[in-house]
Amino acid sequence: MESFVALVATTMNAGTPLLLAALGIVISERSGVVNLGIEGMMLVAAVLGFTVVHWTGSYGLGFVAGALAGAALAILFGAMTLGLLTNQFATGLALALFGAGLSAFIGQPLQGLTLPARAHDGIPLLRDIPVLGPALFSHHWLVYGALALAGAVAWFLFRTRGGLVLRAVGESPESAHALGYPVRGIRFAALAFGGACAGLAGAYLSTVYTPLWSEGMAAGRGWIALALVTFATWRPGRVLLGAYLFGGVTMLQFHLQGLGIEVATQLLAMTPYLATIVVLALISRNPRWIRLNMPASLGKPFNPNA
Amino acid sequence: MTPRLALTGITKHYGDVAANEDVTLAVMPGEILAVLGENGAGKSTLMKVVYGVAQPDAGTIAIDGVQIEITSPARARALGIAMVFQHFALFDSLTVAENIALGAPEHPLSKVDERVRELSRRYGLELHPERTVHDLSVGERQRVEILRALMSNPRILILDEPTSVLTPQAVDRLFETLRQLAADGVSVVFISHKLDEIRRLATRCAVMRAGRLVATVDPRGESEAALARLMLGADPPAIAAHDSPPGAVALEVAGLTVHGPERRHWLHDLAFSVRCGEILGIAGVSGNGQSALMASLAGEWKARPDAVRLFGEPVGHLGPAARRARGLRYIPEQRLGHGAVPELSLLDNVVLTGDALHRHGVLQREEATRVAVSVIRAFDVRTEGVGARAASLSGGNLQRFIVGRETLAEPRVLVVDQPTWGVDVGAAVAIRNALIGLRGRGCAIVVVSEEIDELYQLCDRLMVIAKGRLSPVVSAHDIGVDELGRWMAGLWPAGEEARA
Amino acid sequence: MSLALPLALVPRAQPSRALTWLSPVAAAVLTLGAGALLFALMGQDPLQGLRVFLVEPLATQRGWSELALKATPLILCALGLTLCFRANVWNIGAEGQLIAGAIVGGSVALLATSATSRAIVPAILLAAALGGAAWAAITAWLRDRFNANEILVSLMLVYVAQLLLSWLVHGALRDPQGFGFPQSKLFESVARMPIVIAGTRLHIGFPLALAITAAAWWLLARSLIGFQLKVTGLAPLAASYAGFSSRRVLWFVLLSSGALAGVAGGLEATGPVGQLTPTISPGYGFAAIIVAFVGRLHPLGVVAGSLLMALFYIGGELAQSRLGLPSALTGVYQGLLLFFLLMCDTFIAYRLQWRRTARATAA
Repeated sequence: MESFVALVATTMNAGTPLLLAALGIVISERSGVVNLGIEGMMLVAAVLGFTVVHWTGSYGLGFVAGALAGAALAILFGAMTLGLLTNQFATGLALALFGAGLSAFIGQPLQGLTLPARAHDGIPLLRDIPVLGPALFSHHWLVYGALALAGAVAWFLFRTRGGLVLRAVGESPESAHALGYPVRGIRFAALAFGGACAGLAGAYLSTVYTPLWSEGMAAGRGWIALALVTFATWRPGRVLLGAYLFGGVTMLQFHLQGLGIEVATQLLAMTPYLATIVVLALISRNPRWIRLNMPASLGKPFNPNA
Repeated sequence: MTPRLALTGITKHYGDVAANEDVTLAVMPGEILAVLGENGAGKSTLMKVVYGVAQPDAGTIAIDGVQIEITSPARARALGIAMVFQHFALFDSLTVAENIALGAPEHPLSKVDERVRELSRRYGLELHPERTVHDLSVGERQRVEILRALMSNPRILILDEPTSVLTPQAVDRLFETLRQLAADGVSVVFISHKLDEIRRLATRCAVMRAGRLVATVDPRGESEAALARLMLGADPPAIAAHDSPPGAVALEVAGLTVHGPERRHWLHDLAFSVRCGEILGIAGVSGNGQSALMASLAGEWKARPDAVRLFGEPVGHLGPAARRARGLRYIPEQRLGHGAVPELSLLDNVVLTGDALHRHGVLQREEATRVAVSVIRAFDVRTEGVGARAASLSGGNLQRFIVGRETLAEPRVLVVDQPTWGVDVGAAVAIRNALIGLRGRGCAIVVVSEEIDELYQLCDRLMVIAKGRLSPVVSAHDIGVDELGRWMAGLWPAGEEARA
Repeated sequence: MSLALPLALVPRAQPSRALTWLSPVAAAVLTLGAGALLFALMGQDPLQGLRVFLVEPLATQRGWSELALKATPLILCALGLTLCFRANVWNIGAEGQLIAGAIVGGSVALLATSATSRAIVPAILLAAALGGAAWAAITAWLRDRFNANEILVSLMLVYVAQLLLSWLVHGALRDPQGFGFPQSKLFESVARMPIVIAGTRLHIGFPLALAITAAAWWLLARSLIGFQLKVTGLAPLAASYAGFSSRRVLWFVLLSSGALAGVAGGLEATGPVGQLTPTISPGYGFAAIIVAFVGRLHPLGVVAGSLLMALFYIGGELAQSRLGLPSALTGVYQGLLLFFLLMCDTFIAYRLQWRRTARATAA
């Protein structure tokens, strides 16, 4: 029972940054743009969020700083890929590398500092239910915020005109442009949203999940989130499942140790990466199925002046 | 009466090329105006200007007498101009209703269905709103395009080459819809290079050539030959005649069945043969299995060994290089990216199918240069030299190069897909003459083409591909255009498979 | 919501040859400019900062030897990546392949005793190449068999390789006399790479890298496989038309790239470092991606780009020791260089044009 509670609780916690980042990716990729720089944006947001909380004590401000940093980097990415028509993959890589370098640079004086550990509020009343309370209802508010965001993204995509237009832009920007829609503006907005989500995920990592800054602390979560969105075929519901599944896998190493299973920590730490590879292989086997579900213009440049 | 749309002195240059030069044209309410011209005459550019996709370098546009600037497609739609594109601007993964809703931002999502039903009833455009566009036939997709354009109550409807992908029966239905629209007061502008259709439908015809408007006539009062002369500037050049009996069976296809990645790549038990010294033509609307057939003949897609035989030898399992070694060569439809690599030089592109130009893994550059130079010379390719990038050549010149590359290798069997698509008149003549010359030297040739006149000019025998199946084969003399059109819709005499 | 800017980007008729080679130079200059700005923002004299970063490393002969030493793994990795990227195979995991090469090469080196012959040196390099190639083979197999995206797979394998190395130097390969530190025994001197310039740390790796550069140039310009990989990357349909096997190209570029990265790893471990540690590479595999782009995916450009990148590494170290600046400065410079390069590259294929706002009326 103890371990069940711990398993569920830690899974929800670990899945939240993945979920946040992945939801942002769903929106930006649905508009047809691939931003591979998520890892870099998460790291910069993490170090900035940590810095802000460290100086001001306000976690709210920390999240705002993280989201703004992510959005700003995403807009820089947008200016390059949508404005200057640079290659989306190369620019995303550049952002990932730059973000890693910039975050290490800014964070060097902060290496080793920690924030005071805090108990989380959870949901009043529900948190007092035995077993389910500590398992599900005693987390940081952003855990529930992420769940709500998943619902909001799903509703937006499939029930509103805005979501329909976004999906149309991702399917065929040429056709959307011919119908008079501002393709670039829509893509910019989608990218900014994606960046803000990655930023929230990063700030969560460094201020709530493990309240410290350490160089490269995202440990590949940005990349896993990208893979996750492909596995989930760009649908928020499946993204939610996938994020929690991978969150659980990340936590597996600690639970196995708790159960007395003796495997070296480094080998156990490999599990999320190996799991990503395995799922990627299984999903990609049928290229037609992926093509059918993928936003058709994903990754291709679009120049309205051509 | 004030023209609904008045274009005055429209000029548009792309670099050095004058796509439109001083075009002045007026469209009246309720008339059907055809814009006639060859590929590259400037028709599409003019429509892009009207629709706001391109901005003119000079000239004015007036609607109902009021001068306006059309800065974007959104502005054009607001002014009552709607466009149905040649290559449909549809969203494959969305439903019909969603596609139409996207074309009608003023209508709330819930009201769209009602309006769609109303419009389809009035204009005879039957559609199921929940179907995904991906699953629709080409004719149905066009109906979605038209419905979407009609949602905004346009006063000017422009259609860019609307019949290029339709069977003759679908063309008739389209024309009925357009006549009804004109009767309701909509100005219909109809871009085409198909003389017979323009004569059937339009009340006025503006002829464009090399970017200029050369004449405005009533097409019903002109013969097709007269219209062709206006369009080309001269009588169309004659093709060398032919007359020689065919020889042994060179290429034989039997039981070729393919299930490609999409339904339009499916072939069902195809069978036919081609003899030395003859040209077999395959007619058909694009998307009926031509690309799958081409890929299977060329060796890009593998099949059962005896599905394809070259001079009796089973080659269905062999790749392109092995088939080339046995005398089969292929000219694909798409020049840039398939028949040639755009970023590489002509010298490099010669090595692409030049299997003798490398030995033991090392490229033989001097020999490749020799071959490239001879191709350029023999086919009069206008280019700076063998080092020029393939993308720097005009369409006609690049096609000359590719045809030359494959013909100079003296193939015994040649498979050609759309030999003169998008190519200037001079190059088209040269290419067709090269094919005829090749036939005279005993080569067996298969030509796939959407240009029915070209097929009649070149081919000894004809057949049609529709929905992945082949019609019977007939001599080109024995079938008229109307019947060929029916066959293109799949309506050939049942029970006869093509066996020659 | 559309921004009607007065300037528009229009495609050029032909890509600009001049800009293809000017662009990396412009990007380097812009990066240094941004770097000077960065120095100023951190309260340092920008000229002093640039001097320490750029000029000091090149002031002595030893400085040049260090530059060549640092450039060696970059050249090797970037040459392999050049082959991959030209074939449109996005191998992002060179870092992992480097580590795998270091592990295997280093393990062979650990077998040496003072009595072993010098012939162990080529054995180490061969082992390192095989280790790197094997690691890359995982990515190749997953892409070939399962159509799995090579960017994500090769990247995940980087994390796995890092953890593998960490596990080994904490356990199986740990120096029993090492006071518990996670590092292997120091390699015997026979297993170390021979030095080519006395008094420096520069070993045979550098001339080896230059020789491989020449081989890579020949491969791309004159060999059939080089032609095949170029066509596959530029126009996959044309490659299919020609009958080139995309599978063959995939395996060739990944195995070659893995082998080269592996050799780089083996050279690092048995060259300047002298043992296996968890941080055997300061991100050479990732820096090599930037080098490949800066070098225009051309072997000669790769050498130039590697020297520039090596300068950034050394400059960063000097900036830390002399000026007290964070050594992560190097990472910032690298990222900026790639950003500026991508921006300048736009103008190879596009040019700026004023949008007409006034329309001339017809005469």
